[in-house]
Amino acid sequence: MNIFFKVIIFSLLTMGIYTLFATNYIPPMNSAPVPAEETIDLAQMTIQQFIALGDKIFHGKGTCTLCHNPVVKRAPLLDGVAGRIGERLKDTRYKGGAKDLAGYIEESMRKPSAYVVAGYGVTGSNDTVSPMPVISEGAIGLNDVEIKAVIAYLQNLGGAEVTVEIPKGPPMAEGKDSAQAATLPAKTGAEIVKKFGCGLCHKIAGEQGAIGPDLTKIGAKKNADYLRRAVFDPNADIAPGFPPGMMPQDFKDKMTAGELQVIVDYLAKSK
Amino acid sequence: MVSCLMKKRTAGKAVFLFVLSVMFFPAFLNTGFSASFSPAAAYAGTDAVSPVAHEETYTHPPAPKLKAQDYPIVMGINSRVFVWMAAQLHLWFAAFVLAVPIFVFIIEAVGMATKDERYDKMAYEFIKVSLTAYSVTALIGGLLAFSLFVFYPDLMRYMTRLFGQTMLLYALLFFAESATLYIYYYGWHAMERGFSKWAHLTIGLLLNAVGTTLMFLANAWVTFMMSPSGVDAGGVFDGNIWHVIHNHLWNPINLHRFVANIAFGGSIVGAYAAYRFLSARSDSDRAHYDWMGYTANLIAISALLPLPFAGYWLTAEIYAYSQQMGITLMGGAFAWLFITQAVIIGALFLSANYYLWCGMERSPGAYRYTKYIKYIAAVIVVCFLVWFTPHTLILKPWELKALGGQYHPFLGPLGIMPAKNTAVNIMLIFTFLSFLLYRRANKIAVVSWAPLGRAAQAAVFAGAILNIVFLGVYYGYFTNTVYKVASSVPQVASTLTVIAACMVIDFFMFKGAKDVGELRWGGIPQRSQYALFLLAVSFTWLMGLMGFIRSSIRQHWHVYSVMRDASVNAYTLTIASAAKTVSAAAIIFMAMVIFIFWLSALSSKKQDKPLPLGSDAKNPKEGGGIR
Repeated sequence: MNIFFKVIIFSLLTMGIYTLFATNYIPPMNSAPVPAEETIDLAQMTIQQFIALGDKIFHGKGTCTLCHNPVVKRAPLLDGVAGRIGERLKDTRYKGGAKDLAGYIEESMRKPSAYVVAGYGVTGSNDTVSPMPVISEGAIGLNDVEIKAVIAYLQNLGGAEVTVEIPKGPPMAEGKDSAQAATLPAKTGAEIVKKFGCGLCHKIAGEQGAIGPDLTKIGAKKNADYLRRAVFDPNADIAPGFPPGMMPQDFKDKMTAGELQVIVDYLAKSK
Repeated sequence: MVSCLMKKRTAGKAVFLFVLSVMFFPAFLNTGFSASFSPAAAYAGTDAVSPVAHEETYTHPPAPKLKAQDYPIVMGINSRVFVWMAAQLHLWFAAFVLAVPIFVFIIEAVGMATKDERYDKMAYEFIKVSLTAYSVTALIGGLLAFSLFVFYPDLMRYMTRLFGQTMLLYALLFFAESATLYIYYYGWHAMERGFSKWAHLTIGLLLNAVGTTLMFLANAWVTFMMSPSGVDAGGVFDGNIWHVIHNHLWNPINLHRFVANIAFGGSIVGAYAAYRFLSARSDSDRAHYDWMGYTANLIAISALLPLPFAGYWLTAEIYAYSQQMGITLMGGAFAWLFITQAVIIGALFLSANYYLWCGMERSPGAYRYTKYIKYIAAVIVVCFLVWFTPHTLILKPWELKALGGQYHPFLGPLGIMPAKNTAVNIMLIFTFLSFLLYRRANKIAVVSWAPLGRAAQAAVFAGAILNIVFLGVYYGYFTNTVYKVASSVPQVASTLTVIAACMVIDFFMFKGAKDVGELRWGGIPQRSQYALFLLAVSFTWLMGLMGFIRSSIRQHWHVYSVMRDASVNAYTLTIASAAKTVSAAAIIFMAMVIFIFWLSALSSKKQDKPLPLGSDAKNPKEGGGIR
């Protein structure tokens, strides 16, 4: 057989074996969906449902079991935390300010190095620095409600009384986003003005709002950076003569990046 | 001549396309969103617009929070797969064209030092192969940049806002790279002697310096997405470009890619030499390509030996940066991919050793050592099996019940890192032993202290193996977690000590040694060449797989913990899907490489002159065919 074809067949066969091995002979890794925020109605929730929510977050979005699990033991198991709380708070190595179990658990999530269980610290830190990430920030980024739910779950897990109160107020913010995500993004400055109701307060795009500053010639006075900041963080710069806190703070969450870009361009060109 | 013109034209097109893609950057930079990178420049810009603007504090905008609608859908193309393919192909070619000049430079220097023209000839042939690949690298790089801007405009806008300066520098360095490469290649014969040769070698050094800097810049973009620094939690840039470049994983990736590129480049050139060896029609060609294949394999293996250590450092730094990311990598969703990696690395080591053992047939004195090969093979296979043993077994319920848990009572302990570190170190030591036996197969040491030298080498080997096993067993199983991981460092040190000490002893012991007979270059069996193909294919596939893992451990983040990936493709793929995509990309890459090899062969092919009337057309003189 021609050398060329021999080499081709050999190479394809090698790749085929690797592919076959990866697809059939190792356990299939399920396609992991993007973790979504829970949409819950706190007003209707019982404490048992709140604990169940904490359970779900603990084993899901919070990724707590990557380390706190009995197989790999990368971090201490948490089922007995309620029983250990007394000695923990009295321990000389404890650097936090918690007074009770709920406070201690919350502190562990927000300031993991406040107390590091012996043998679980970062190498070389003599158990003064925890390798655990801050749960309320970064890639995990649990919000306040989710953190409370996890506390309730851990209190319940340890057989302690669940002292956490279900937070009052609106449901989790992401719930609104998912509803909004179904609507198509606006494509022009005028569409965005209409969609987000800018004209209710501002004079802009034919609208005659008088609560906020006139934006019809704002591009002649302010550059794109300023305008972007004004949408992102309305209280960063307050126009003279207008009280702070009037403009909604959540346009940065409501608008898509494309919409933000379009409205900034639109305003910058309004001269 | 025609091929030269073709190369120039292809290169010209590539440069043109690249320039086009680079021109996209300013288009994004000029939007109001981007502004300037330096606060000073920002003040200058705002002053012109508003007289009171200097009172404002300049801040960089945070990373955008994207929605699914922010990702354009173009002709129904799966953006993730398209960008993935383009990135992977670009990476393979870039790794090849960055690596080849490194060892061409070294081989040229060796040729100058030894005054052996064979080195020079081989170095020239290496660089010739990489030249066509260079044009393809630029073309695919342009395609990658273009597809990123088309499919991920907001991500690229954010990235160009941060890295705009480095991207412009990248474009400039690309021109410098092209210039030095072309001068290096086309000036090879014009600068062959005397001082000109030194000048030529210096250009080679410059070429490598520019190429490596290019790679480091691109690595900064990639590693920033994994371990962002120089920005706050919302992605707001702190204004210092060095903070963004010098992120946590930058140097580990720089080192890992630098070493891996050399191993990969060596393996591809080895495959080229193997193909030319198998197609050679004369003994002299066979001898030349045998030697070329041997050298390429030596380069690949020399880089493969330290590669696990570079990989280990990278993984340790991933853990240090984010334990969550580290566990996702090694103990979570991607853990089983490392079993696939173990299989391929096992194949790499076995094929590299097999090639060395076959190569001993070139030496008349090899019969003295062939009896040891079966023991080396057995040790390598056992180490491979240990490396291959998974920690957690996926079992059916009745199997789980019979076994009493997910861990096998005897094999379970082999699934953890101390066992694997021990296995890989011993595998490296025995691969080095194969090389050592190959080196001495045709030599007889004449120094009086040769028996002592051999005993010293044996003692170093035995001491290192005992130390590695002791460290692995004692610290791995009888102490706490901290020592379990920390013991890997002295294990690596033991392996490196064996390599360094034995090479030094060998160097002095075989100085002025007698040859048993003449080396029979070209006398290696044909089957050995398939080991070189296996090496090249395995490296290619492995790079694809590990590239997928490196990128995917960010999971649903464009920039880890700073900028979420909100596209419909943000989910983590199944292993099977990833493997199939890697295979598809690898087949495209291999097809392009074959085309490049064919072009390279075409450039050295001459059409036979028309035969005079009456001559015997069935028996042409030597010179026809591929030479």
